[in-house]
Amino acid sequence: MVNTAREANNADVSSVPIKLGVENLSIHYGNETALEGVSFDIRENEIFGIIGPANAGKTSFLKAINRMDLFNPDMRVEGNLSFSGHDISKVRNVYGLRRRIGVVFPLPVGLPLSVYDNVALAPRLAGLKDKAELNVIVERCLTRAALWDEVKDRLNSLGSMLSGGQQQRLTIARALSQEPELLMLDEFSIAVDPVTTMRIEEVLKELKSEMTIILVTNLVQQARRLADRTAFFLEGKCLDVAVTEDLFTGEVTDQRTRDYVEGRFG
Amino acid sequence: MFEATQTNLKNLRRQNISRGLLGGMTAILILPVILIMGTLIYKGAPVMSFEFLFANPTNGMTEGGIFPALLGTILLVIVALLASVPLGVAAAIYLSEYAPDNWFTRAINLAIINLAGVPSIVHALFGLGAFVIFFRFGTSILAASLTLAIMTLPVVIVATRESLQAVPMAFREACWNMGATRWQTIRRIVLPNAVTGILTGVILEVSRTAGETAPIMFTGAVFFLPFLPQGVFDQTMALSLHLFVVSTQVPEMPEAVPYGVALVLICLVLLMNSVSIALRMYLRGKKKW
Repeated sequence: MVNTAREANNADVSSVPIKLGVENLSIHYGNETALEGVSFDIRENEIFGIIGPANAGKTSFLKAINRMDLFNPDMRVEGNLSFSGHDISKVRNVYGLRRRIGVVFPLPVGLPLSVYDNVALAPRLAGLKDKAELNVIVERCLTRAALWDEVKDRLNSLGSMLSGGQQQRLTIARALSQEPELLMLDEFSIAVDPVTTMRIEEVLKELKSEMTIILVTNLVQQARRLADRTAFFLEGKCLDVAVTEDLFTGEVTDQRTRDYVEGRFG
Repeated sequence: MFEATQTNLKNLRRQNISRGLLGGMTAILILPVILIMGTLIYKGAPVMSFEFLFANPTNGMTEGGIFPALLGTILLVIVALLASVPLGVAAAIYLSEYAPDNWFTRAINLAIINLAGVPSIVHALFGLGAFVIFFRFGTSILAASLTLAIMTLPVVIVATRESLQAVPMAFREACWNMGATRWQTIRRIVLPNAVTGILTGVILEVSRTAGETAPIMFTGAVFFLPFLPQGVFDQTMALSLHLFVVSTQVPEMPEAVPYGVALVLICLVLLMNSVSIALRMYLRGKKKW
């Protein structure tokens, strides 16, 4: 199964450098296994979709990439994850690694700072002080997250007091403010209305030229619209990795993948 | 359609009984407060005057005022705060934000709880041994305040730790995920949002030390001084000890004086508490999530 996934990988994009190499990755929480023996490569400047039902290990996968196992003593990561060719388990400066990776989790977190400071936080953490530069970054990121028009007149109000959907877009803007090489979105549209979701999806397509994007989504059609390639996770295993259209129309290695994308699951 | 059934009636009856019972308990609780304050004001009011607050005691403390004791108590509390707040807050930040969850951290936490349970007279003897004799501070404001500081350290640590833990974990993780170090996260997100809780908690807890007698009577507070303290190495009078003295040690003391001293002491504590409560109310209005 792993082998077929590999072949699907290689068939299409083998000339593009690997951004994130995943080799035999397993994730455990105490005695629970969240992810088991997952292997594939994510190429530079692609949108890589991950679909699958709840409890498939999608979020754990993202956590491992950002070294969030360090926050949780229960979480154990085995196998090999390489970021631009560097084994991330051996990266000593995890802060530098995380700065290159933007993450958006499904529950929006507006930090208890002003809208402006929320977006300016990451550049400031990295040492940027110049007011004019910060202004540019804040406006650009909020615009890309489709939030600028709604908040431009109240940049000083609290980010944590925005509505759920706005906080979600604020979180996206914050992730973008890191100017990440890899952007990981976990169910970003969960609290966002369909129109705004479409606007953000358009932005993601543009961002593809600047960064690699991993898009975890429950909406199979969203993966179909956006992702170049898509992986299907089920119960901690990666059953298929394929060019997205193939996953929907062509040959898939596992019948369960077909059932899932066609909504005949369970 | 809306007729009450047997069960509805039973539930309603129970509801009334429990409300009455719980309300009654609350009333019993505030009764002592009213009685104490009433008695103190009734019996202490006659001696209250500008002179009582701001003059030296005269004639074997039966006349004059209590200024040296009032000033002494304020000084003792301030110096104690200066010692216990930086130490306690720093320790609490470490315990809450850095310390790994292992047996050693748990042992430290246990030690802190035990420290809070040590009787004040034991603290007094420790202060006498450590600060007065070993560090050669003599019986002084410094020694007495440090003894008070050691005594309040556990509550400062617990109050601070609780304020820090009240800042949602999600804020920290969001910050870490951006590549912030722990200190950057503490400095920019955790502390600014915990500082109000820390302040109010600390003031509330430390104001209680104003009334402590045992820890200061061997370490720095004296029965009577004809002059005001000039520095932290001087001895001082204190309201709590003064209250003890005028109540039991001086013959032919006018009855109103002890009540007056007690009233001043209680008002001082209430004043500090109300500062804390006002601060809390002001800051609650600015809650950020």
